[in-house]
Amino acid sequence: MDVSAILQRLTERFGPRITGSNLEAIDPWIEVAPEGLPEVCRHLRDEPELRFNLLNCITGVDYLQVDPKRKLEFEPHVEVIYHLWSLVHKHRLVLKVRLPRWKDGIEGRLPEVPSVTGIWSTANWHEREVYDLSGIWFAGHPDLRRILCPEDWVGHPLRKDYQMPVEYHGIRGR
Amino acid sequence: MAELLKSFVPVWLAYSTAAAVNAALLVVLALMVAAVCNWLERKVAGRIQDRLGPTRVGGRFGWLQSVADGLKLLAKEDLIPQGADRLLFRAAPYVSFCAACSLYLALPLADGWVALQLNSAVFFILAVAGLEVLGVILAGYASGSKWSLFGAMREAAQVVSNEIPLALCALIPVMIAGSMDLVEIGNRQEGWLTNWLVFHDPFTFLTFFVYLTCAVASVNRAPFDLAEAESELVAGFMTEYSGFRWGVFFMAEYASMFVISGLAAILFLGGWNGPVPIAQWLGLTRDVGPLAAWLGNFLGMCNMLLKCSLGVLVMMWLRWTLPRLRIDQVMTVCLRYCIPLAAVALLGAMWWTYMWPGGW
Amino acid sequence: MALQRSGPETVEFDVHTDELLVNMGPQHPSTHGVLRVVVRADGEVVSEVTPQIGYLHRCAEKIGENVTPRQWIPYTDRMDYLAGMNMNLGWALTVEKLLRMELPERARHLRVLIAELGRIASHLVAAGTYGLDLGSFTPFMYCFRERERILDLFELVCGARLTYSYITIGGVTADLPPGWLEECEAFLDQFNPVIDELHAMLTSNAIFIRRTAKIGVLAPEVAIDYGCTGPVLRGSGVSWDLRRDGEPCYTKMYEGYRFEVIAQVDGRYPQDQKYPPVPAAAVLGDSWHRFYVRMLEVVQSVGLVRQAIERYRRSPPDCGEPIRITQKLPKGEAYLETEAPKGQMGFMVISDGAAIPWRARARSSSFCNLSVISELCRGCLIADVPSVLGSLDIVLGEIDR
Repeated sequence: MDVSAILQRLTERFGPRITGSNLEAIDPWIEVAPEGLPEVCRHLRDEPELRFNLLNCITGVDYLQVDPKRKLEFEPHVEVIYHLWSLVHKHRLVLKVRLPRWKDGIEGRLPEVPSVTGIWSTANWHEREVYDLSGIWFAGHPDLRRILCPEDWVGHPLRKDYQMPVEYHGIRGR
Repeated sequence: MAELLKSFVPVWLAYSTAAAVNAALLVVLALMVAAVCNWLERKVAGRIQDRLGPTRVGGRFGWLQSVADGLKLLAKEDLIPQGADRLLFRAAPYVSFCAACSLYLALPLADGWVALQLNSAVFFILAVAGLEVLGVILAGYASGSKWSLFGAMREAAQVVSNEIPLALCALIPVMIAGSMDLVEIGNRQEGWLTNWLVFHDPFTFLTFFVYLTCAVASVNRAPFDLAEAESELVAGFMTEYSGFRWGVFFMAEYASMFVISGLAAILFLGGWNGPVPIAQWLGLTRDVGPLAAWLGNFLGMCNMLLKCSLGVLVMMWLRWTLPRLRIDQVMTVCLRYCIPLAAVALLGAMWWTYMWPGGW
Repeated sequence: MALQRSGPETVEFDVHTDELLVNMGPQHPSTHGVLRVVVRADGEVVSEVTPQIGYLHRCAEKIGENVTPRQWIPYTDRMDYLAGMNMNLGWALTVEKLLRMELPERARHLRVLIAELGRIASHLVAAGTYGLDLGSFTPFMYCFRERERILDLFELVCGARLTYSYITIGGVTADLPPGWLEECEAFLDQFNPVIDELHAMLTSNAIFIRRTAKIGVLAPEVAIDYGCTGPVLRGSGVSWDLRRDGEPCYTKMYEGYRFEVIAQVDGRYPQDQKYPPVPAAAVLGDSWHRFYVRMLEVVQSVGLVRQAIERYRRSPPDCGEPIRITQKLPKGEAYLETEAPKGQMGFMVISDGAAIPWRARARSSSFCNLSVISELCRGCLIADVPSVLGSLDIVLGEIDR
């Protein structure tokens, strides 16, 4: 099933939750609103003709232009990208969720997106990693804590405006 | 020796000096065995793993490797973990080592050549070999580390499982020979190869292999080395031991391996008697004269040492070939397989000796 | 500023008085790297296993946002350092997907050759260290002896034994040196008896079977749910291999090659070669089957290497050109998963038109494979934890990146 057919089915069913798509990209993607993500994912996993049973990867990307010499081409936001695969029908799909960089514009409050751990168990660790490195809060995650950085680390390293701490337990950072 | 000294010094000093010298000789024997076994293990392990083993220290074959290792261990820092029970932690290796060395008291190397000729030698050896385990358990408990405690718990479970079949298997040659005195059992097997107890009847033949399995289990060698399982428990009960204390455990293990092989050799494989009665043919027996008797015994001792080494080599071979069993599998093997086999063999051997008391 | 020590980290369990909380690692002989496994056990029976990772995190993805794709290749080497060639291949293919780049025929066959040799090398480590975890010291030596031969071949090709950076974007950095193909064939000719030896020492060994059969049984649905791929998935009976079922960008590399996907389908493994039989005690999805899949895959890889050597010899001798270091990437993003020895390794590159990617992401197979251990180790004995860990064949460099 190719992505345009999937997009059509999803828009028919979920309507406003599907907020965008790009079918000409190298990996065509469908953008989903954060609130609708669990429903859409459950539909994608359980629907017999879709059966996306393998969640390959969850990635967090920070879109913030910190280099003053480059011109601003996008509005600052973060994206969570889900790569899905169906072992049954052998088709692939990319889902994107677009979030503001900080929740309600307040710096320090992490943007929220519902967790899909209940749908694919592999999301458990992937979401922990995205939280740890990109600073996105997954609501409903059973155990959202840092996975790669130490438990008492401050900051989310993969954010573009991240600065290494000056000192960590006596070790100089920069 | 005591008689000799009595003329020079007070009686008590004469006897205690003699005792000390004899004890020192025994301990030196045990240590030499440990040193040689250490070198042998590394060479055998190397060859099985398609490499050479030590080749630099002391010539092309690394003869002095054990000495170098011993020196290194002596020079290491002596660490005692903070949570350890200090007295027990220090005492545990020596409990094992003393038990292992005491085994040499009752092990005859030739006819009459034994430190202490006990008429319950088999019982003595089995009992003191079990005492060695006490050192292991103490070490595991006293280290104050959970990993060591695991090692100790496993060791306790293992020893409970394998002592019974071991004793049952040792009982069969004792029953056939009619005595627990190892010298007598050895003497009963003199003559040709067929006099060896392992060929006495098919049940004893079976018992030999069951004994071998239980013996390997009782000295904590692979595939039964889970008390010290390197890959799971870091080093089991020996985790917190370093330097010389570890060396003492190590030596105790090799010393007891040698004695258990020696026990197998005497009980089943004819002890110091060779496959053919060479000593008799060469006229090196007691009837001819004391020197001849001594030479005959010397030949017997070489035989005995050879058999002990063979047993040790087989144990090393097993270690480097087979994976390790889990504790519940060890207990299954000992309790569900070895005990019934040993019991059946005991009954069978009993019946055989009843039917054909003079042998077949 | 004075040195501040944080207090001991307590894991919040409500520990019953007869349960022990034991720590396996981060320094441990059989955790395959710096992995900390917190085991809650009642005596020997484990009730819960919690892996804790991050000890080898080297911020590779952050570095990927500061260097060009060709400069990031050495960082991919160090992810799964036991199969560095396959990591390089994954990243190179991803960037080539973004660049829509075509490779010369010679490079394609060369890449298959090198990737399959890397697969053999990685599976040899897996088999050897698995034996070592279970107490069998000798197969470890045999496996590493053969691996040394492969590493010697790789050293002749690119000068490095472990961190190759050989497969680059657009092809490989250099052609094979003269005489290399003959040495490779000599290696393959003497390798098959070694596999039989390993089968005798491990696969068919009664004690090995007792330690691995029925241990860590992974149902296929659970495997897919947890994102397990590679031999872990195929050991549960799911016939899925990206070399056959993956994206066209990747499967066209293996176009025309004959190989079997090793998974038990309808109760049988592919019978193209003579393999030791499956013992009665083994259950599909247990550690033994995962180990068996790896051993059989080695044989398939040997066949693939031979085919690749043939095709390489027959391929036209024109070499392409790798991209220049400062070449600008087109805007867009590309994600590609390849069949690395340990599972599916995915790389993603997002570019905004500059030479340096906006985001470089590595999705490692061992990351997902390890997460399933909390399911597998419930109710097993402590001695089974290294058995399950070894069968999952993880490498921490990949997990932590």
